[in-house]
Amino acid sequence: MPRKVLELPYQVLYLSILDEDGNVDADLDPDLPAEMLLRLHRAMLLGRRFDERMLKLQRQGRIGTFAPIKGQEAAQVGPVAVLRDSDWMIPAFRETAGELMRGRSMESVLLYFGGYDEGGYVPEGINNFPISVPVGSQMLHAVGVAWGLQHDGKDDVAMTFFGDGATSQGDFHEALNFAGVWQVPAVFVCQNNQWAISIPRAKQTAAQTLAQKALAYGVRGIQVDGNDILAMVVAAQEAVERARAGEGPTLIEAVTYRMSLHTTADDPKRYRTDDEVETWEARDPITRFQVYLKAKGLLDDAQIAALEEEVEAEIQAVVARTEAQMAEPVDPLTMFDYTYAEPSPYLLEQKEELRRELGA
Amino acid sequence: MAKMTMVQALNLALRQEMEKDDRVIVLGEDVGRDGGVFRVTDGLIDMFGERRVLDTPLAESGIVGMAVGMAAYGLKPVAEMQFSGFIYEAFHQIESHAARLRNRSQGRYHVPLVVRAPYAGGVRALEHHSESREVYFAHTPGLKMVIPSGPRNARALLLAAIRDPDPVIFFEPKSIYRAFREDVPDEAEVLPIGKSVTAREGKDITLIAYGAMLRPTLEAAEKLKAEDGVEAEVIDLLTISPLDDALFTESARKTGRVVVVHEAHRSFGPGAEIVSRLIEKSFWYLEAPIKRVTGFDIIFPLFAREQAYLPGVERILTAARETLAV
Repeated sequence: MPRKVLELPYQVLYLSILDEDGNVDADLDPDLPAEMLLRLHRAMLLGRRFDERMLKLQRQGRIGTFAPIKGQEAAQVGPVAVLRDSDWMIPAFRETAGELMRGRSMESVLLYFGGYDEGGYVPEGINNFPISVPVGSQMLHAVGVAWGLQHDGKDDVAMTFFGDGATSQGDFHEALNFAGVWQVPAVFVCQNNQWAISIPRAKQTAAQTLAQKALAYGVRGIQVDGNDILAMVVAAQEAVERARAGEGPTLIEAVTYRMSLHTTADDPKRYRTDDEVETWEARDPITRFQVYLKAKGLLDDAQIAALEEEVEAEIQAVVARTEAQMAEPVDPLTMFDYTYAEPSPYLLEQKEELRRELGA
Repeated sequence: MAKMTMVQALNLALRQEMEKDDRVIVLGEDVGRDGGVFRVTDGLIDMFGERRVLDTPLAESGIVGMAVGMAAYGLKPVAEMQFSGFIYEAFHQIESHAARLRNRSQGRYHVPLVVRAPYAGGVRALEHHSESREVYFAHTPGLKMVIPSGPRNARALLLAAIRDPDPVIFFEPKSIYRAFREDVPDEAEVLPIGKSVTAREGKDITLIAYGAMLRPTLEAAEKLKAEDGVEAEVIDLLTISPLDDALFTESARKTGRVVVVHEAHRSFGPGAEIVSRLIEKSFWYLEAPIKRVTGFDIIFPLFAREQAYLPGVERILTAARETLAV
C-alpha cells in the first residue's frame, strides 16, 4: 500500500454564536452572567470611544502615530475577559481595548503614543508585556513565559495577540512549533482583520484558514467569528481551560475587520473599496451585542446613552489630566536610565555631556 | 584547583551556577543528550534533567525569542547558538527585544539572558563558522558583549554573565576551546563585566587584544623583549561592551605607543572604537600613530587561506616595530 490518505486526528473548528443581526444560537449561548455581559459591553464601548478620541488627538497633532482598533473590540475583549490577574498578556500593538481591560490605564496609552517613554511602564501586579512593534516577534515571548509557568507548576496561562500578516513571519512558525513541542499553556489569538496595511488576507497565504496552520504543529486551531463577543469568550474560555489543565496551546483565528486605518499614517482608500468597509460595518461587534443585550432585557437605549456619557466623561478627564502632564517640561536626562541596570562610566559621561549642554 | 581546557571551565561554570540557582535554564540545539557540538554542556542533562537543559527545535530565533520570554518572566536562561554565524537568525530577537525590554517597560521587566556562541576562526571550518562580528552586538545599546581569552577567565566571566541582570552576548573563541589548559579554582570565581586586565606589564608600547588574539599578542611581546629589548604592555579587554577605556588609557599615557589587535574586520571594527577613545583621552600622550592589526575587510576565506587572513605573531611584530620606529 504505497499510496494512501493519512488519517490525521485533526479538524479545523469554527464557532459563531451571535450573528451580525444580533440573533443568538440558543444552543451555543453560554448564558454568561449579567454582570459579565455588561462588563464586556462596557469594555468594548470604552475601547471604541477611546480609539475614536485618540484618532482625533492624532489628527490635531496632540499625539503621534498609533494603530486604531475600530471593529476589533470583540476579538480582543473576549479573550482578555477570561484571563485572571495572574495570567499573562503579551500584546502586539492593536489591542488597546484588550489592554485597558487588563488594567492598563488610558493615561499610559496616551503617554506612550504622545511620545513619552513613561507610557511603556507596566505597573507591578499587572502581568502585561508592553506593546511590541516588530510584527509577529512577540509570540515567542509568550512561549517563554508559558514555558516558565509550566516549569513552576502554575496553572496560569500566557495569551498573545497578533494579526493575519504576522502569520507569514518565521517567528509565527517558530512560536507555534516550540509551543507544540512542549505543549506549553499558551493561547495564540490571531486578529485576522483581513488587511496587513495594503495586503489582503488572500495574498498573505494560500491556506483556506489561518486556524489550520496550528494543526501542522500539533496545536489545536479554531476559527471564530471575531466580531461575535460570545463566540470569542467561549473559544478563549475553552483554550484557557485546556491550557490550565496542561492540555497545551491553542491558536484562535478571530475573523474580524480593521474598520479604520492600519496606523494614522495610512490611507486605506489606496487599496480597498468603500463597499467592502460598509459590508463589515453591518457586522459591527458592538451593535450586534447591544441587540442581544436589549433582547435579554439587560440594556435599553436610555442606559446606553447614559453609559456613553459616562465613558465620554471618563475619557475626557484622562485626556485633560494627561495633556496637562505632557505640557510640563520633560526631563531629557531620564532617557539614559533604563538601558542597563547599572550604566557604564562612558554612558554616564555621555549623560553628563548632555546635562552640561542643557545647562541642567 | 584543577587544570582545565576552556570547554571544561565553561562546563564547570554552568554546572556550579545551575546547582546554586535553580532559575538557571540551559537551552539550545543539541545541548542535552549530545552535550553541545563542542561539549560545553556535556553531562548537564544527567545532573539537572530535561526541564533544566532543553534540547530545542532547530531555530535560533525561536531559542532566543523564547529565552527573552523566560527571562522577563523570572528565569535565567543561558541560550547556546551552535555557531555565532547562525546568530543572525536570532539577531532580530536580540536587538528588537532582549536589548530593549528594560527600556521599553521603563524598568518593569529586564532580560537576564546569556547568549553563548562559539566564534572566530582558526579551526579549518565551513563557511559561516569563522567570523568575528562582535561589533554588531557591541554597537547595540542594552547589550553587553564579553569575550574570554582563557579557561580561567572564561569560567569567571560566564558566572558574571549569568548573574548579570542585563542580556550578555558571550562569544567563546573556539580555536582555544581546547588549545591549552589553565588552573581553574574549585570555588566559584567571578570577574566583573566591563573590566579589562593587564596580561603583561611593560613601559614601551601598549598592545591591546582579546579572545584568541591574546596568545599571539603575548608571544609577540616576548619576541619584542628578546629581539628588540622592548617591554610591551598587553591589555586583555575581556569585555568589548561596555568597553573599559580606563585601563588602556592609563597604559597608553604611559607608553605613548599603541597597537590594537583583533580578528574582526578592520573598518568599523572594535579597533575603531578603541582608537577613538584613545584619541579622546590620550591624544597628547601619544608618540606615534596607532596601528591596527586585524582581519581584512573581506568575507572570511575558506580554510586554505585562513591563516593568511588571521592576525599572527609576525603581523603584530611588524606593526609594533613600525610604531616603535616613529
